[in-house]
Amino acid sequence: MKIMGGDGSGPAVAHDLGMHSMITLTVNGKTQTIDVEPDTPLLWVLRDHLDLTGTKFGCGIAQCGACTVHLDGRPLRSCVTPVSVAEGQAITTIEGLAGDTLHAVQQAWIEHDVPQCGYCQSGQLMVAAHLVDNTPNPSDEDIDQAMINICRCGTYPRMRSAIHRAAALARDAMADA
Amino acid sequence: MTLQNPALSRRTFVKSSVAASGGLMLALSLPKANAGLDPWTGEPTGTEISAWLTIDPNSQVTIRVAQSEMGEGVFTAMPMLVAEELDCDWNQVKAEYASANRSVRENGVYKRMGTGGSGAVRRSREYLQQAGASARERLKAAAAARWEVPVAELRTEGGEVFHDASGRRTAYGVLAAEAAAITLAEEPPIRKAGEFKLLGTPLNRLDVPSKVDGSATFGIDVKVPGMVYAAYDACPVWGGTLAALDDAPALAVKGVKKVIRVEDGFAVIADSYWRARKGLEALSPEWDLGPNAGASSDAMRAEFKGDLDRRGVVAHEEGDTYASLEGAETVIEADYDAPYLAHLAMEPVNCTVSIAKDRVDVWTGTQNPESVLGAAAEILGRAPETIHVHNCFLGGGFGRRSMPDFARRALAIAKALGNTPVKVLWSREADTRTGHFRPLAALRFKAGFDANGKPVALLNRSATHSILAGFRPEVVQNGLDGSSTEGLENQPYDIANVSIEHHLKRTPVPVWFWRSVGSSQNGFALEAFIDEMAEAAGQDPLAFRQALLHKHPAMLNTLNLAAEKANWGRPMAPGSAQGIAIHESFGSICAQVAEVTVTQSGEVKVERVVTAIDCGNTVNPRTIAEQVESSVIYGLSAALWGRSDIENGQVVQQNFDRNRVVKMVEAPAVETHFSLSGGEHWGGIGEPALPPTAPAVVNAIYKITGRRIRALPIAQHDLRWS
Repeated sequence: MKIMGGDGSGPAVAHDLGMHSMITLTVNGKTQTIDVEPDTPLLWVLRDHLDLTGTKFGCGIAQCGACTVHLDGRPLRSCVTPVSVAEGQAITTIEGLAGDTLHAVQQAWIEHDVPQCGYCQSGQLMVAAHLVDNTPNPSDEDIDQAMINICRCGTYPRMRSAIHRAAALARDAMADA
Repeated sequence: MTLQNPALSRRTFVKSSVAASGGLMLALSLPKANAGLDPWTGEPTGTEISAWLTIDPNSQVTIRVAQSEMGEGVFTAMPMLVAEELDCDWNQVKAEYASANRSVRENGVYKRMGTGGSGAVRRSREYLQQAGASARERLKAAAAARWEVPVAELRTEGGEVFHDASGRRTAYGVLAAEAAAITLAEEPPIRKAGEFKLLGTPLNRLDVPSKVDGSATFGIDVKVPGMVYAAYDACPVWGGTLAALDDAPALAVKGVKKVIRVEDGFAVIADSYWRARKGLEALSPEWDLGPNAGASSDAMRAEFKGDLDRRGVVAHEEGDTYASLEGAETVIEADYDAPYLAHLAMEPVNCTVSIAKDRVDVWTGTQNPESVLGAAAEILGRAPETIHVHNCFLGGGFGRRSMPDFARRALAIAKALGNTPVKVLWSREADTRTGHFRPLAALRFKAGFDANGKPVALLNRSATHSILAGFRPEVVQNGLDGSSTEGLENQPYDIANVSIEHHLKRTPVPVWFWRSVGSSQNGFALEAFIDEMAEAAGQDPLAFRQALLHKHPAMLNTLNLAAEKANWGRPMAPGSAQGIAIHESFGSICAQVAEVTVTQSGEVKVERVVTAIDCGNTVNPRTIAEQVESSVIYGLSAALWGRSDIENGQVVQQNFDRNRVVKMVEAPAVETHFSLSGGEHWGGIGEPALPPTAPAVVNAIYKITGRRIRALPIAQHDLRWS
């Protein structure tokens, strides 16, 4: 369970060396090789092996979306995705969503005071970021279609207004660029 | 866990030495004497003025919060109560958890540490304001001594003491050490409504920045050096036991270390959660299902309903209801029921335990750290003074996390492991089936009217699974559990003859407090029946309530505000209607108008819920609006789909595939309006907006479909109309 070549400079390791199963993952721009069975859900590799605990476990059956990360830019429910599927693709977690500044959805989430308990919010933000990045002016129907994760605190009305705000922030940033 | 204003650095977290990429951030609530204990070493948080707050040299104020942050906003509201009096700069305020261990060692210094009953503000406001006022006066006394001027000539603002006559000013950070040494001859008075500077202003929550970048630490995120992981499961039937278990299949799974038997189940220990879970799923436990293997909620409901034919214990009585019903011109009668219901907080329960020679550390998200501490002392046979419970953010509470059942299991597993730290995590299914449920309830109402259509009698009987009979039997008097009859025995309507009767019920199903407790089902049934009474009286539901609330101005104001803001009675499109309801609980009155659409094929959509609330005064109006939105949507999930059916002694709905809840597309717009009665009245906000939602919705559905919904959830009813 040791993290090998944590800086990406470690030796290339083949799969299935006897008892070991080495998986190479690129998470938030950093490539790492991990000794883990290939059928382990990506969620648990992120949380327990890479200590990226912002991605949450909620149901384990791809129903709630608390485990949502981006795989090559698209939202993915990591609790049912074997880590082997993610090998060789770019994984982004909530910890890697911000660049030099917070992502527009993160800024809007703060402005609109969205999170309550906050447990589902990493997953919600990953979905919302994908929506805002790909749909410059999302309608309420776009939001209904994209935002299918569960929030038991009922932050949906604030998420909706924050997505509209984030889209405006993103458009402003584009105009300034 | 320490939080602060987003304007400041968030580096007061402690990074564990084992943290890899992404970082492991853990809070420090260790007393100073233990601050050197590796690796839980923390940065000093400044000079301690009292147990409630410290001030560092830069005048940053750290306020300790004794309540649990589960989304209801105590990490902001509690500091506001202290800061109101302290006159500090709000941008320099941080929040951190108070230590239950310290409260044990220092004679209950943090007073009430449990969080529930919408009581955080109501039950701690005065002593938190006092803590702030006392600190302020000590800082002023320190400045007065420095400058050799009378305290009366000093004023405080924005974290500084001013002596206007000489133009001198000094920051709190400079005065903190001197203030800490000062004892006041008498405690200063605290501010009252009308004198507040900070209370009543809408502020963003202090915990939000940490909840948008993944850095907020929940119990599930804790990692302790050398820790192993445990996956736990229990007998699927309450009261059942493990008959036989062959450990071998689990031990064959890579990373699995051992299998441990505890109480009603077993745990698989491994070097990662997933390996523990795989080990657990490889096992084929043989259960002795015990005496409850045939338990059925359908049979229980039938029994409860049967009880309604008999008179119950009288919880409240006015006039002579039976005689009045006998002589009434018109009598209507209806039976209602509400199911057992799981909490379904987003974070499955979990608990991490580290046992050392001279101390025990427990990390979890709990609504009651003192009960976890007590459980640890009891199970491990250690002195309470040596137990350190580190509360984390709670991934939802709703009552689920006020019971220490999961901590007890984790402590038993940790005890079996000896000195190896362990994190125990429940699957969603195990969380649900080992959880505790909102009680099953059946209710009957009978109302009598005179020849003019005026209501003259109201009879109610309820049969409800008692929470307190199992939890605190000493408070159950004469067969009455107040948590079962709340919202009924205090029904607000002015009717001359009222009888509220009760049958206290128990079944093998474990029950517990569920957001808004008895009011969640009682408010539904009473307010739906009031609409039936209005129809029998030939009156509009709003006008009918107004006439019967004429002695209750606060309820009338709140009802009228909701009706006005919703434009009650406005024309609606075919298939759409408004429904209204009002309920008082936890010291607050809440009225709602729900605007509902039902398609001809029977699909229900709640479009908008207009809420008026009288919680007396406000600490943070933004948080209140958020709690109204939260309560409405949590209550709507329950109203539309919520049910935990028991078949063959087992919970049928264990995960979100069978527990449908409101998602974005179903979420109504929620408006919050204040009808504040002010004065010395402070009501709760975490629950009171839940009870009116279900009745407002079913009252609207009736207008559209002509169907009275008397049994929850709504989804079990065929609502097609033409």
